[in-house]
Amino acid sequence: MAYTKRNDGRKFDEIRPTEAKAGIIKRADGSAYFKMGKTVAYAAVYGPREIHPKFLQNPKEGKLRCYYNMMPFSSVGDRVRPGANRRAKEIAMVTEKAILPVVDLTEFPNSVVDVFIELPQTDAGTRCAGICAASMALADAGIPMKDMVAAVSIGRVDDKLVVDIDYSEESYEDGTVADIPMAVISRTGEISLLQMDGNLSRDDLKKAIEMAKKACSEIDKIQRDTLKKKYEVKK
Amino acid sequence: MGKLLVEDKTIVTPGEELAEGMDFLPAEGTFRDKDKILASRMGLIHIEGRLIKILRLSGRYIPKAGDTIIAKVTNILMSGWTFDINSSYSAMLSVKEAKEFIRRDADLTKYYDIGDYITTSIVKVTSQKLIDVSMKNPSLRKLTGGRIINVNPNKVPRIIGKRGSMVSMIKNATECNIIVGQNGVIWIYGQPENEIIVVNTIKMIEKEAHISGLTERIKTFLEKKTNKKISIEKVE
Repeated sequence: MAYTKRNDGRKFDEIRPTEAKAGIIKRADGSAYFKMGKTVAYAAVYGPREIHPKFLQNPKEGKLRCYYNMMPFSSVGDRVRPGANRRAKEIAMVTEKAILPVVDLTEFPNSVVDVFIELPQTDAGTRCAGICAASMALADAGIPMKDMVAAVSIGRVDDKLVVDIDYSEESYEDGTVADIPMAVISRTGEISLLQMDGNLSRDDLKKAIEMAKKACSEIDKIQRDTLKKKYEVKK
Repeated sequence: MGKLLVEDKTIVTPGEELAEGMDFLPAEGTFRDKDKILASRMGLIHIEGRLIKILRLSGRYIPKAGDTIIAKVTNILMSGWTFDINSSYSAMLSVKEAKEFIRRDADLTKYYDIGDYITTSIVKVTSQKLIDVSMKNPSLRKLTGGRIINVNPNKVPRIIGKRGSMVSMIKNATECNIIVGQNGVIWIYGQPENEIIVVNTIKMIEKEAHISGLTERIKTFLEKKTNKKISIEKVE
């Protein structure tokens, strides 16, 4: 049986209901909340601040450091052991590389900007939600940035390409599934993250990239509107 | 022909297009990409003639030579002190720049000990963000007593007001001594109950700084709290 109708009744090119907030963590220099369907990500930015140990300092420019953490009971499966594991470290690394092209830390030599991403509830697409939250939190912290980053995960369920794949689709059993998380720099349309889990034909990949760009421009609008809303004058 | 794509005094996000054409010039917080001017940080648009500038709304204090700040001693070195100045970097005070002459073998903790707060002014900031401060000004001193609060350093101009109008209004109403550091650290000294009024007033200014009619609102707030009539000084 082919995949003709999505499990949650969405259109094939529709993202999950998305909600965002900026400046929610008081003690952080910048913070954001990003919710995509049932996936929830919080990002907190601290810094620029002095980096220790000192050998990590770079006298030419500041450093960006990301952390990714799924909370113990965040997913539908078993309890996840808290703390960084191999997967979390890799995702933290790709998040960092997805955001790095837009942040400009040349004004802050020898310093570090720390981005902490916490996921209290997950339903696939966590790295994308994390990148979206982190990009908003960095803007909220007043860090110099050339642009903002939005991310979305495109999936192939059986023979259909779907935007913003969720966990029920990821675990589809009547056919093969592929999952392609992508991060897009909004203004230029450059891709700063492209991973693939599963198989995909060349034509499908091309189509997937186009779908991701379209979905990311929607997400970008949500991100920017949310940031502006923080400073809106309340009447 | 140049065309402006945003209005003055609106909030913009990084990467937003601000103007087209070569008639406008990118200033602080903006950059040019071919014939477009784009925002390089989040903030408030400020247009001055042909210049497009973005005023920051958040972010840590950016040290600038000439600023008077409030600093906390974090470490004592062989020939000076280091301070936490609520910024991304720490500041340094050399014994030569201290208020009085200090002998070579003197115990530096006798002058400023770890945890002490001082008012000081920034002399120099290098490209690598090494910050030198000095005490060579009669108004700069060690702060004793009172309380310290931290505010968003980007709201400091609002707390001070035009030529100090806002801070002097609070001072007169509460009979407190207030020193506002450019780095967002504020020292308040007076009757404990009045100190609390000052803290609440400053928190209110910080929260509502970008909404117009601020002075009037602060005036009514202070009048309610202190039961005193306050007149707003007119500043030209």
